[in-house]
Amino acid sequence: MRYSGLKVIAEGLFGNTGWRPAWRDPAPKPEYDAILIGGGGHGLATAYYLAKNHGLTNIAVLEKGWIGSGNIGRNTTIVRANYFLPGNSEFYSHSLKLWEGLEADLNYNVMHSQRGLINLFHSDGQRDAFARRGNAMINQGDDAILLDREGVREHLPYLDFEQTRFPIYGGLLHPRGGSARHDAVAWGYARGADRRGVDLIQNCEVTGIDIEDGAVRGVQTTRGAIRARKVGIIVAGRSGQVAAMAGMRLPVESHILQAFVTEGLKPVINHVVSFGMGHFYISQSDKGGLVFGGDLDFYASYASRGNLPMVEHVMEAGMTLMPMIGRAKVLRSWGGIMDMTPDGSPIIDRTHIDGLFIDCGWNYGGFKAVPASGWCMAHLMATGQPHEVARRFRLDRFATGHLLDEEGTGSQHNLH
Amino acid sequence: MRITCPLCGPRDRREFTYYGAEDYLHRPAPDAAPEAWDAYLHLRDNPAGITRDLWYHETGCTAWLLVTRNTVTHEILEVALVAGRSAPKPARGRRAAP
Repeated sequence: MRYSGLKVIAEGLFGNTGWRPAWRDPAPKPEYDAILIGGGGHGLATAYYLAKNHGLTNIAVLEKGWIGSGNIGRNTTIVRANYFLPGNSEFYSHSLKLWEGLEADLNYNVMHSQRGLINLFHSDGQRDAFARRGNAMINQGDDAILLDREGVREHLPYLDFEQTRFPIYGGLLHPRGGSARHDAVAWGYARGADRRGVDLIQNCEVTGIDIEDGAVRGVQTTRGAIRARKVGIIVAGRSGQVAAMAGMRLPVESHILQAFVTEGLKPVINHVVSFGMGHFYISQSDKGGLVFGGDLDFYASYASRGNLPMVEHVMEAGMTLMPMIGRAKVLRSWGGIMDMTPDGSPIIDRTHIDGLFIDCGWNYGGFKAVPASGWCMAHLMATGQPHEVARRFRLDRFATGHLLDEEGTGSQHNLH
Repeated sequence: MRITCPLCGPRDRREFTYYGAEDYLHRPAPDAAPEAWDAYLHLRDNPAGITRDLWYHETGCTAWLLVTRNTVTHEILEVALVAGRSAPKPARGRRAAP
């Protein structure tokens, strides 16, 4: 069923009785050409592009919960291409271009809103760093505008410009940055993959990976054994456990990142704004809730909930930056499990096991990467060669010293 | 989350700085193979369950602590001083598969 405005009107006239489920609920077949472990954003996007770009439709996505139940449904929905390092820069630029055509491509409204992203800076040194970053973004073909203090005031008059502790010197505006509806991204890719024949198998947890003579042969699941010559591990925070099934240790430590949503308010924040001194960032959802977050809790965790010191820190940073939000009531908070790498950049690569591929290490920046991650992982699994824009996301780059440490914070998992 | 420092008693989590997994205690010899250094610096068991990691009692006694805790429940099971410890035991539940 193709969605359109006309379809909405027609269904409205007849009591909305004609809508059908957006994807099937198939039982697993005994064998596929390829299996993707993980039905989150990256896994579903990989399935979609394997089918669309490479004609591989005899594939299955195995999801232990339900589609979109992991980080793709529990993030702060920011879309941007403001990276600096070669390797990251072209990848996120490619991703943003895919975002810009995503709704037409998927025939699905993901509510992608290019409302502009402003990273604030608070010292001369930060200004220099952002000017340099902005130049790198422009060189990559993306957009960046360096705003001075008055320029920021035009966009964000509600900030506390009078504070002396962290004076606002200006900001880097990325006009094509913005946000999207996270669940819709999962649903859109799921529907797109299903329509091309991909089996989305929910409530199917992988319990083992079958390997013979150094090559992958299939997986064991809670719904029986499934054979395949190609298997992709795309499980974000759980990468360590699934990779261990293949006897691998990854350069990944899973950490907790908290986020918060307030009650619905009338439109007050039009952009995505980040505070350069407190790792605080905020945007307003289309429902009106302020969506914001800050740093990791900084200790390894799978708890899906954080501790109060970071809650306090995030609230303090928000109040320091924009005191007007102080009366808003926080509706809920949650913690996501982040697959942190020692350089803060992801991995899209083959493994030492023939036919076994891995896409992980998205730290806390996985959402914006969903389209390009799927695109490049599909390219890798279909052709056996890394995609041009993801060729530096190698699994062995830590051993060889080719790190992609965007922030230059050092080789420790929780510093990125 | 509270951590019971062997020297100071139960203290708020804010007094402590997390450093990383117990692996950091097993520094390879200077002439060890590059693989050993890669494993030491980067590769982690990353267990969902019992783990052992290093915490620094930064605003307390400044001792380095080896904390055994559960990454799923945040329960703290055991806290020991890194200084003067005997040879470390392998952490329980280090790896699920082979």
